[in-house]
Amino acid sequence: MATSAAVQAPAIRKETQTGDMIARLIVFAFAASILLITAVLVYELWHTSALSRHKSGWGFLISRVWDPVTEEFGALPFLYGTVVTSAVAILISVPLGLGAAIFLSELAPARVSSALTFLIELLAAIPSVIYGLLALFTLVPLMRIYGGPFLKSTLGFLPLFKGPSYGVGFLTAGIVLSIMTVPYIISVSREALLAVPREQREAALALGATRWETTWQVVVPYAKLGILGSIFLSLARALGETMAVTMVIGNDPKITASLLSAGHSIAAVIAGEFSEATTATYQAALVELGLVLFGLTIVINGAARLMIIATTRKGSKRP
Amino acid sequence: MWRKGVNAVMLATTAAFTVLTVSTLFLILGYLLYYGGRSLDWNFFTKLPLPTGEVGGGMANAIVGSGKIVGMAAVIGLPIGFFAGVYLSEFEDKLFGAPVRYVADLLNGIPSIVVGILAWSLVVVPLKSFSGLAGSVALAVMLIPIVTRQTEQFLREVPLSLREGALALGASKWKMVATVVVPAGSKGILTGMILGIARISGESAPLLFTAFNNQFWGGGITQPTASLPVMIYFRAVSAYDDWHRQAWAAGLVLIAMVLTANILARLVLAKGVSVPRG
Repeated sequence: MATSAAVQAPAIRKETQTGDMIARLIVFAFAASILLITAVLVYELWHTSALSRHKSGWGFLISRVWDPVTEEFGALPFLYGTVVTSAVAILISVPLGLGAAIFLSELAPARVSSALTFLIELLAAIPSVIYGLLALFTLVPLMRIYGGPFLKSTLGFLPLFKGPSYGVGFLTAGIVLSIMTVPYIISVSREALLAVPREQREAALALGATRWETTWQVVVPYAKLGILGSIFLSLARALGETMAVTMVIGNDPKITASLLSAGHSIAAVIAGEFSEATTATYQAALVELGLVLFGLTIVINGAARLMIIATTRKGSKRP
Repeated sequence: MWRKGVNAVMLATTAAFTVLTVSTLFLILGYLLYYGGRSLDWNFFTKLPLPTGEVGGGMANAIVGSGKIVGMAAVIGLPIGFFAGVYLSEFEDKLFGAPVRYVADLLNGIPSIVVGILAWSLVVVPLKSFSGLAGSVALAVMLIPIVTRQTEQFLREVPLSLREGALALGASKWKMVATVVVPAGSKGILTGMILGIARISGESAPLLFTAFNNQFWGGGITQPTASLPVMIYFRAVSAYDDWHRQAWAAGLVLIAMVLTANILARLVLAKGVSVPRG
């Protein structure tokens, strides 16, 4: 912004101005296409789901029945699965990711930090179907043979860990999602922590605070908006994640308190049933689920981006 | 003493968390190398999938199909993303600059399955058939915001003095951008493009009901087209051991391609340039 404002082409000849004008128009047309694509996306989701929206209204969101044969569609079991798996994921990935981000920005020597950050970015580049493949053949059997029985014998008095466990389910999906979202929390939080001015740390250390006290009581609060942004960003990723979830959640539209039970999620049901949906109402119901998912992620992402913009702007002011 | 103890314990914990996170990468690579390496053979690259129950066969059509879908997505998405990025960095105006940037970030965060629905209603419904083209449209929509933001970031890193030099020599603004700024940022832009393509080439969710799948070579871009990620999914959730074997092999091939692109782009091409992530 600063550069383009500072450099203004001198208006020497008229033809250079026309050239600039044309160039500006061309690049603007491409930029405007991003706005157009997003507008078309919203319109298509709204328009294509009309049949289902008119049929069930707001009741769609609270109905528990999902029966393509009788054409009764309710979103609640899927909404429940999406929210529960994402909550499990965030509960695991926030402490893990924040801890690692603190280590990378505050403690590790620069070379170690950049090497580890590189590896973590590779982790973020792994396609979700690969996570699903691995989870299906490693984590699911582990949860069936060890994880499920162990949780039932130790924490079985809680409703969260009751009932039969087959390895697939909310908890397994949540664990996979947590592994997938940790890299996002780390890299965005790390940037927010690095944007904290050096003087803040020096002042705290000079007052006799230990390294950890400096980090936890001074640096982290200073970067809290950016950290919160990274959490929201990961939450939005977790809510919309499809392949890894559909491969390990069991694809059974149920609402139960037990995390060991099989469930379903919005993204998973769209992935699993869309190509088989034959009737118009069935398709419209799946598109409406997509609309719900879109609404959910756009609100969370919108908030996350605002928070991140706010912190990086603050950080860039440092001398 | 107490405070020093807390200090040591917490610092050690953060280090342990980092090690734990990074070790998952090696765990994933190790598993893929072990199971995928055992299952990978020459047939995988040269043969078509066999009907259910027959042992053997390969995924030659899916490898070619992935190339077609991703290639076409790149043809659609890269120019749009690039020019939009040039707009944001060089020609931004007060009214539209910030909204375009914000919406690009939002578009980047929309779940890929929802983008799939868009391509389905724009391409599959009018053509009345699943098609490779529909898959490409979905992937292009995912590619555009990535390339836009990366192009913008790298162009912004081009020093002011270069721009001033060009303008002082009498270049108009668009000449300065085309002959000085873009070439100076070209390495970074290329990096961003490669990373974007690597990212979309691993996507399967938006292809499930756009490009769908195909057991044969398939025809042109208006036919259902097989792709590696979708094949991995269908093979992995099937009930046959031989298909699981093929899923592992395909997983190894896919991860090798994606990680090679990432490592090349980040280490070789963008040496010393910090790669922003969206």
